[in-house]
Amino acid sequence: MKSNRREFLKLAAVSAMGIGAARLGFLGDAPAFAESVPTAANFEEGLKAKHWGMAIFTAKMTPEMNAKCRKACHTEHNVPDIAGPKEIKWFWGANFEESFPTEHGHYLSEEIEHRQFPLLCNQCETPMCVKVCPTQATFQRPDGIVMMDFHRCIGCRYCMAGCPYGARSFNFQDPRPFIKSFNPLFPTRMRGVVEKCNFCAERLAIGKLPVCVEAAEGALVFGDLSDEQSDIRKALREHFAIRRKPDAGTSPSVYYIL
Amino acid sequence: MLEKALKGSPRYWGTLIALGLVMALGLGFWLYQLTFGMKITGLNRDVSWGFYIAQFTYLVGVAASAVMLVLPYYFHHYKEFSKMIILGEFLAIAAVVMCLGFIVVDIGQPQRMLNVLLNATPHSVLFWDMVVLNGYLFLNIIVGWTSLQYFKNDMTPPKWVKILAIVSVIWAFSIHTVTAFLYAGLPGRHYFLTAIMAARFLASAFCSGPAILLLLVLCLRRLTGFDPGQKAINRLAVIITYAMCVNIFFFLLEVFTSFYSNMPGHIAPFKYLFTGIDGHDMMVPFMWTAVVLGLGCLLFLIPTPIRQNPTALTIGLIMLVIASWIDKGLGLLIGGFTPNPFETVTVYSPTVPEIMISLMVFALGGIVLTVLWKIAIEVRSEVEGGNLSMVPPPAAE
Ligand code: SF4
Ligand code: SF4
Repeated sequence: MKSNRREFLKLAAVSAMGIGAARLGFLGDAPAFAESVPTAANFEEGLKAKHWGMAIFTAKMTPEMNAKCRKACHTEHNVPDIAGPKEIKWFWGANFEESFPTEHGHYLSEEIEHRQFPLLCNQCETPMCVKVCPTQATFQRPDGIVMMDFHRCIGCRYCMAGCPYGARSFNFQDPRPFIKSFNPLFPTRMRGVVEKCNFCAERLAIGKLPVCVEAAEGALVFGDLSDEQSDIRKALREHFAIRRKPDAGTSPSVYYIL
Repeated sequence: MLEKALKGSPRYWGTLIALGLVMALGLGFWLYQLTFGMKITGLNRDVSWGFYIAQFTYLVGVAASAVMLVLPYYFHHYKEFSKMIILGEFLAIAAVVMCLGFIVVDIGQPQRMLNVLLNATPHSVLFWDMVVLNGYLFLNIIVGWTSLQYFKNDMTPPKWVKILAIVSVIWAFSIHTVTAFLYAGLPGRHYFLTAIMAARFLASAFCSGPAILLLLVLCLRRLTGFDPGQKAINRLAVIITYAMCVNIFFFLLEVFTSFYSNMPGHIAPFKYLFTGIDGHDMMVPFMWTAVVLGLGCLLFLIPTPIRQNPTALTIGLIMLVIASWIDKGLGLLIGGFTPNPFETVTVYSPTVPEIMISLMVFALGGIVLTVLWKIAIEVRSEVEGGNLSMVPPPAAE
């Protein structure tokens, strides 16, 4: 029943966008926008998987590439640009020690030590954030993606305490004035709710890959972890990969190839 | 009996007005927070819970203070507590009201609070915490109010009140355990991730809660002449002392586990709290104050002759309350969130608006407590012909 409700909301939102866009197109003031609005046909070819995952060729993720992916993600999702410890981050980068604090890798090769590792929500298989959320505003889809219902979140921030990876951000203030380039196809958030990376679920639904994966020129591999023939499984078969904080028991779906 | 709250001395009204003013001032800051969001707090991405939730945690402990009276009274028929028991129950009501207040001010979208009920989620501890807190509130209101009513009419309370009182004893353990479970069990927050968390909560609650109750009662004795009986005071002081010893012992167990195991994640919060990390040492003076006061209060509380001296007792209790407040009202939350998940330090300290809003909630609790205690005292003085220090008649069984 719950998923029906969400399915319905999604369709309703899309048709509303469609109507709005059509009218705008008719008035002639936003033709570009009207073109990019997904139609029902786009939803027919949505990407499906049993369990979505990501593998990261960390050597290819130069700081420039990281910045590019971050920008793509943050622009696509209307992530506000707020400085300081109250910032909102969906995709960001950090050094080895901060990314893998439980590894305590002494005597790292200089290259690894200076590498910048992309960080995002790990889309855990057994996510603590879902377990602790008292309203099911954070929930997990059957394909593994951990999603947020911004309209249901009460802003208790329990999920932030529960996530062992610091993957969640809270809108301490109204984020809208801090959005630099506004994407009309994705909702903006209100003050007082939590948000995080959603593996571009809205793009998968219309058959597109996540924007960061598109921007990364092969450094990020996205695919179905439960399909042995998928690109991601091939990458993981052929390279050594680690996950962040395996001891936290959440089983991340994001793999770092060293 | 409510009408008893409407007539009072200038001192009574003065207290209420003073508390009301503090509340109004804090309310202004809360409106500020509601307008601009929680950016006015010192909270941030890495330290997502702070002063509000810490006060909530501490007050859950205070709410339990009643248990230390209700339990001996109902389970062991320790009649000496009969005069204080109603005060304990009313303090519990005020404390739970403050707990709920702190949750309300801590939430980013308070108008969506009911979502917790509408989408009841049994795998979230927060859901259960809400259930047990509200349950405890109602239990105490019903038990406290009806027994007072029966006392006023000089009748023995009906059996169901006694049964509910016994339920409330067991229930009080649940509010601690469930609140401790909010924290214990979070992977990646090592200071919280300990099986002894619930036990620590109980120990610290059973010393700090009754200590606050006893301090308030001693204060009341000075102001109104209401005397709960020296025997009751002595007995409660002994209970507090033992609970404090257990509390300190439990803390030392944590220290041993962390440092003997030498696991970096477990040591880091202790380091942050007691020595500072990378020059971030804001918490250090507080934590050492807590150590000194926590051990120091035992010097006043353990030796019986000193403990039975009212001045020494008061000093010891004040030391104990400050020490346990620093431990739970500051250290527990800050130590839990620092170092952050990247094992770096993001400093948190409460802002002025945050403290003012907290004062608002405390003042609200103060008002509830003043009114309830006023009613209780008036009723007792009426029944006993204005003689508050009279030894109570043996409660009829
Ligand atoms: S990384 Fe954190 S926010 Fe993302 S699914 Fe895992 S626990 Fe949840
Ligand atoms: S802040 Fe929102 S998403 Fe996070 S646990 Fe609370 S209700 Fe759920």
